[in-house]
Amino acid sequence: MKLAFSVYRYNPDVDTKPRMQDYSFEVPDGSDMMVLDALLKLKEIDPTLSFRRSCREGVCGSDGMNMNGKNGLACITPVSTFKGKTIEIRPLPGMPVVRDLVVDLSQFYKQYEKIKPYLINDEKKPAREHLQSPEERAHLDGLYECIMCACCSTACPSFWWNPDKFVGPSGLLHAYRFLIDSRDTATEERLAELDDAYSVFRCHGIMNCVDVCPKGLNPTKAIGHIKSMLLKRAV
Amino acid sequence: MVTNAASFGRSGVHDFILLRASAVILACYTIFLVSFIALSAPLTYEIWHGLFSALPMKVFTLLTLIALLIHAWIGSWQVLTDYVKNTALRGVLQFTFVVTAFAYLAAGIVIVWGV
Repeated sequence: MKLAFSVYRYNPDVDTKPRMQDYSFEVPDGSDMMVLDALLKLKEIDPTLSFRRSCREGVCGSDGMNMNGKNGLACITPVSTFKGKTIEIRPLPGMPVVRDLVVDLSQFYKQYEKIKPYLINDEKKPAREHLQSPEERAHLDGLYECIMCACCSTACPSFWWNPDKFVGPSGLLHAYRFLIDSRDTATEERLAELDDAYSVFRCHGIMNCVDVCPKGLNPTKAIGHIKSMLLKRAV
Repeated sequence: MVTNAASFGRSGVHDFILLRASAVILACYTIFLVSFIALSAPLTYEIWHGLFSALPMKVFTLLTLIALLIHAWIGSWQVLTDYVKNTALRGVLQFTFVVTAFAYLAAGIVIVWGV
């Protein structure tokens, strides 16, 4: 069985414009592998091919890329998903390309930094730790699991057009994670920072983020909750 | 916080509420008008004239025209700030859209109150 790939190649030091390069190799009939394993095999064939990877088990979020038009993690996407078709692999959309499948995520991290992704608590320090009931802790489920692979934000047209102003689905999922945390006392300051026409309200709920999230999270729902909190605060 | 001055509302929340409130009015008007046309067959000039002669219908139509203006203003601002990155060009386009929307409102008022 032959596996065929068409991979985005661009080295800004050498190339004047990006191009797609075709690769293929034989595998035993009926066998399967993850796209990352296939890319590692391709790198043996062509050592100039660049991509990020680390944990190879869907935990680190390093190998987010666009496979046949949909963002995902190469390490947990089986090649059998594509049913024998040529697998077109491109970098995450909308981000500046550093080289081949490696993108510059500076803007993505700037938005993450903007939402202050850490616990703020101005109450008297407890003797040991900030306690939380199991019910309060349960509010964080579906939020804290984000691995920041950027698959969601780079699948969002609002983030493509306004990456400097719209926080994006990943950042907003994290923002809600701290807004809903019973130990955080900066709710008002966090909401005030998000209360403008771009940061949250550029989300029009098209749910591309939900469609591509490799961890099965729902940023649109979290954004809906933030909108409700902003509305309650305003009316 | 990101600031903006060209949208109709003064904040994201304001725009969010105005968009939905105006959408409700537009939806109600559309449902009413389509239902009226469907249930009044055959629709004659007298029936149509009678409908728009009534004060409640004039007010409802005026409200819908205002809702349309608000909806179009916010909508066009959102689309233009997405796709037109040149500030001067975006300003001109936004101005054109808003002036056109006001012209439709003015024309609508004259027509509805002329019945």
